[in-house]
Amino acid sequence: MDRTADRAADTGPDTDTGSGMGSGTVIETRDLTKRYRGGQLAVDGLDLRVPGGSVFGFLGPNGSGKTTTIRMLMGLVEPTSGTARVLGSPVPAAVRTVLPHVGALIEGPAPYGFLTGRDNLLRLDRADPTADPRTRRARVEGALERVGLAAAAGKKAKAYSLGMKQRLGLAGALLRPRRLLVLDEPTNGLDPQGMREIRALVRELASEGTTVFLSSHLLDEIEQVCDHAAVMARGRLLVQGPVAALAARARGRLVVTTPDPDTAARVLREHGTGGLAVDGERVGADAPPPDTELADLNTALVRAGVRVRSFGVERGTLEDAFVALTGEGFDVAG
Amino acid sequence: MSRADLTAAPERSALWTFGLLGSELTTVLRRGRTLALLGVLAAVPVLIGIAVRIETGDGSPAGPGGGGGPAFLSQVSHNGLFLVFAALSATLPVFLPMTVGVVAGDSVAGEANAGTLRYLLVAPAGRSRLLLTKYTSVLVFCLVATLVVAVSGLVAGALLFPVGEVTTISGTRIGFGEGLLRAGLIALVVAVSLSGFAALGLFVSTLTDSGIAAMAATVGVLITAQIVDGIPQLDAVGPYLFPHLWMSFTDLLRAPVYWDEIVRNLGVQAVYVAVFGSAAWARFTTKDITV
Repeated sequence: MDRTADRAADTGPDTDTGSGMGSGTVIETRDLTKRYRGGQLAVDGLDLRVPGGSVFGFLGPNGSGKTTTIRMLMGLVEPTSGTARVLGSPVPAAVRTVLPHVGALIEGPAPYGFLTGRDNLLRLDRADPTADPRTRRARVEGALERVGLAAAAGKKAKAYSLGMKQRLGLAGALLRPRRLLVLDEPTNGLDPQGMREIRALVRELASEGTTVFLSSHLLDEIEQVCDHAAVMARGRLLVQGPVAALAARARGRLVVTTPDPDTAARVLREHGTGGLAVDGERVGADAPPPDTELADLNTALVRAGVRVRSFGVERGTLEDAFVALTGEGFDVAG
Repeated sequence: MSRADLTAAPERSALWTFGLLGSELTTVLRRGRTLALLGVLAAVPVLIGIAVRIETGDGSPAGPGGGGGPAFLSQVSHNGLFLVFAALSATLPVFLPMTVGVVAGDSVAGEANAGTLRYLLVAPAGRSRLLLTKYTSVLVFCLVATLVVAVSGLVAGALLFPVGEVTTISGTRIGFGEGLLRAGLIALVVAVSLSGFAALGLFVSTLTDSGIAAMAATVGVLITAQIVDGIPQLDAVGPYLFPHLWMSFTDLLRAPVYWDEIVRNLGVQAVYVAVFGSAAWARFTTKDITV
């Protein structure tokens, strides 16, 4: 995670005084809870902390409370209990001063079909009382340019494909320089090329110092662009932290490639490794405990006459961690 | 992030409301649906004028004995200006407020339905500011819709019939200029008469996330009120209904003008605006926006 390191260097000591861009805590919730009128508990005691300058992945299956959380942070839904602070100010109390600094894409784009792409953005910008009318036209054109929609700006939004609407939504979030971008499933409906472009845009924005809060159900997306992540399930926060640390929580796999797989499997079993799986010349096993010296294991294999072609531990992916955390597996109590 | 950091943001303009209001007005008035409603409203006086013209082509007075149909119909053939009053009398009971019901009912619920409401609020438009803007734009629509009927009536009347001095309901005659002035005043009073119903429509619009449901409910309330108002056994509730004194605008055609009912009508509308405006505000500023 080079980017994390870079960013930490950029922002200097994390003093929490919040004097500069990208430092301090950008989103902080304490025991944030939302119970809808029907009695359904959507978010349950959420303690979320999004560090300034991070690209923060917000992961969870559908219905896990991600969108309700985002709506509470944006002042659209009133928390039942608990507190939330965005850019240091309480929400929903201070949304009028906070939200001009926040660009948001919430639960998919929603343009006015009967307005052109450009007119949609003009309307959004006019809705913001702190936006400068003198620079409005230029800012709208700039945002359209940035998401690659300049050529289609004069078309009515109802003629847009889902991908184009998604870009228009992103343009709406980029009308002004923002300190925080909240992007809910920003690559939904985009083709692979569009996804790459959006991810590149997210990285670019992050490199300019904007904190990006990105919700997604696509694990590889989070792994590709985020340096921090949180995982939600059934309204509760399971875990949060740097992506590298989360991925490391997943137990890696010991993998040995050899022309003698049967012998290798026997030797490994004798040395107490579990989860053995032989697939042709590839022998997999649960990674041994951290205090085991892997070289000793390799020596044991070679002494037993196993011709080892390759030997190593494959790092756990975020997906492994996710599966482990969201219920399939063992240590749900993250 | 400290508070000082945030308040260093660009100051909001002193005219902060008008940016959104301008946008709201152009958005409402440019919509195909709004234009279609206004087009139909403009056609009503033309159709009445043509019907009267055909019927009186042989020199007979308009209407069966000059009595039936909307008020003022019998005078239209003598003075085209009366087409304005006849058209307003014909459209005010249901058709004109129905278009207001569509626009008011859709104002908040339609945005919720389309999902655009969440983006306006995150912009951040501000809930009170957005609601006030919505209501103002509905009021502007009331005025535009009324003026469309009046102007269309005036143009069609001037083209189809002679115009000149106006005979008031009291029997006295006033000059054409004065008549035009009264017509303008009548249009204004009619538009203001719709403000209570507009507030009711706005309130209904904050209750649901379906534009169609809000429009249907608002128009349903209108029709129900008109029916209740027409039942003699329910006379007691009549004066409290918003459409009860709508037709009082005809008192502006008396000489001297008889103000009592006009003022009472405006009072009733003010009460409706206060009650349903507050209800809409209370509802909208605390509502969870989940769409």
